[in-house]
Amino acid sequence: MQWEIVIGLEVHAQLATKSKIFSGAATTFGAEPNSQACSVDLGLPGVLPVLNREVVTMAVQFGRAIEAELGYRSVFARKNYFYPDLPKGYQISQFELPIVGRGDVDIELDDGTIKRVGVTRAHLEEDAGKSLHEEFQDCTGVDLNRAGTPLLEIVSEPDMRSAKEAVAYARKIHQIVQYLGICDGNMQEGSFRCDANVSVRPMGQEALGTRAEVKNLNSFRFLEKAINYEVERQIDVIDGGGKVKQETRLYDAGKNETRSMRSKEEANDYRYFPDPDLLPVEFDEAFVAEVTKDLPEMPDAKRVRLIEQYGLKVTEAVTLISCRTLADYYEAAAESAGDAKLAANWVLGDLLGALNKSCLKIETSPVTPVMLGGMIQRIVDNTISGKIAKQVFEAMWAGEGDADAIIEAKGLKQITDSGAIEKIVDEVIAANPNQAEQFRAGKEKMLGFFVGQVMKQSKGKANPQQVNELLRSKLAPS
Amino acid sequence: MSLERSDVEKIAHLARLAIDEDKVESYAADLSKILGLVEQMDAIDTEGVVPMAHPLHMSQRLRADEVTETDQREKYQRNAPQVESGLYLVPKVIE
Repeated sequence: MQWEIVIGLEVHAQLATKSKIFSGAATTFGAEPNSQACSVDLGLPGVLPVLNREVVTMAVQFGRAIEAELGYRSVFARKNYFYPDLPKGYQISQFELPIVGRGDVDIELDDGTIKRVGVTRAHLEEDAGKSLHEEFQDCTGVDLNRAGTPLLEIVSEPDMRSAKEAVAYARKIHQIVQYLGICDGNMQEGSFRCDANVSVRPMGQEALGTRAEVKNLNSFRFLEKAINYEVERQIDVIDGGGKVKQETRLYDAGKNETRSMRSKEEANDYRYFPDPDLLPVEFDEAFVAEVTKDLPEMPDAKRVRLIEQYGLKVTEAVTLISCRTLADYYEAAAESAGDAKLAANWVLGDLLGALNKSCLKIETSPVTPVMLGGMIQRIVDNTISGKIAKQVFEAMWAGEGDADAIIEAKGLKQITDSGAIEKIVDEVIAANPNQAEQFRAGKEKMLGFFVGQVMKQSKGKANPQQVNELLRSKLAPS
Repeated sequence: MSLERSDVEKIAHLARLAIDEDKVESYAADLSKILGLVEQMDAIDTEGVVPMAHPLHMSQRLRADEVTETDQREKYQRNAPQVESGLYLVPKVIE
């Protein structure tokens, strides 16, 4: 039977605020356990939550970026459940009236076609703390530093039809929140988390199959693998005459499998009700205009502009816009270099290569955009060849200064003085009479040998074009 | 609407409340009376009335995004029955 895969994603993006959503405690990652958990986060009696303005601002910015309906009046609700990392016994979330309503994002499929994926809603809520089960014999340790960290939960429609589409969508949301600067996007640290609702149905069937929710997907690669595993599992269950259970499953990256998270099958019953501690959140058009007036250029718009403004290929633009800081780096380098195409080659080639090799991020690159641009200028004005430039780049990477200083210190200036090149050419031809004879006899590829010899003699500094021209005229049959 | 024994037991379980077996019937009766009151309200025509999320006719005040809390872990943890390495300890939670 032909199966159709149906996937919806829930993305939890931690909002990059300084303080928590309902308290003035800090949100710094990796602090000493419970050193950032105040009385509100601990759920001590008598405390009251007070909403952080920045959280509302960021949610509105996200809503605008995906052209969603905005919840000009949204309401916080209590989602009731018991777990030690949630001391109050309820999570403050939004239920009936979320801050962001229906919106859309476009994703690009492998064949280049654009697919529109619906965003059902995005709502604000507080994160829970962390439970540590391994460290103690008969106890669970609880760290509540994360409790109360603001989250924007972005819920998609079940619009995706393959693991690849799900990854493309997740990447797109990741890109949008990073561009907006509302989330740092760090998946290892859990700032950006994905849960996937996966189901299968016979091709052509209208009704959705029973879905399983897969959690613990802390990279895009795992998201893809987990969905593929889960799809196979569900098809096997149905083919074997069984029924897929509606349940939460945990992805185990080590074993590349998903397994049931709750042993006892118990329907979630969160008994949501409006939180009496918080009033409805209201804002008007003026507020929206104020917080969205300086929104940065979004990835889709940037991509179109880079192609138009710099004459880049689509593939180049796609890679450059994958991360806002990379795109910013490129634009600064292109500006400084004065040659946008060459700048793209260097950023996407040598720079990204060097960053990958030393596991660095673009933000911490030892070669700044101005340094790279300065070096490219020297290629453009023929001071150095592209080949020598690689040497200069490596030296800049190693912290030996900017391009001009390195060219000067290492004597890498290209020899363009035709007299000097001619001298070397003459010497090389005189030293290799046999090869010269072969060339004159029509063995065209001997030219490469001579170019190599001249470049070697000049330590790579001779202008390759001049070398070629001189060799051809000198070796021409007399 | 009247609640069954099993409804009361379910509600108690969800709220993690231990209740006496012999009181379940009386709880069911009491809770059913509350639902009766809700039913009376349900009969009122609310066409065109905006659902109320809060009895106060105000909207939420917002605070500036500033860290105003200092680390008072020592003080808080003096109230906890068991702590270790800065963590609050609770009976083992088994998944």
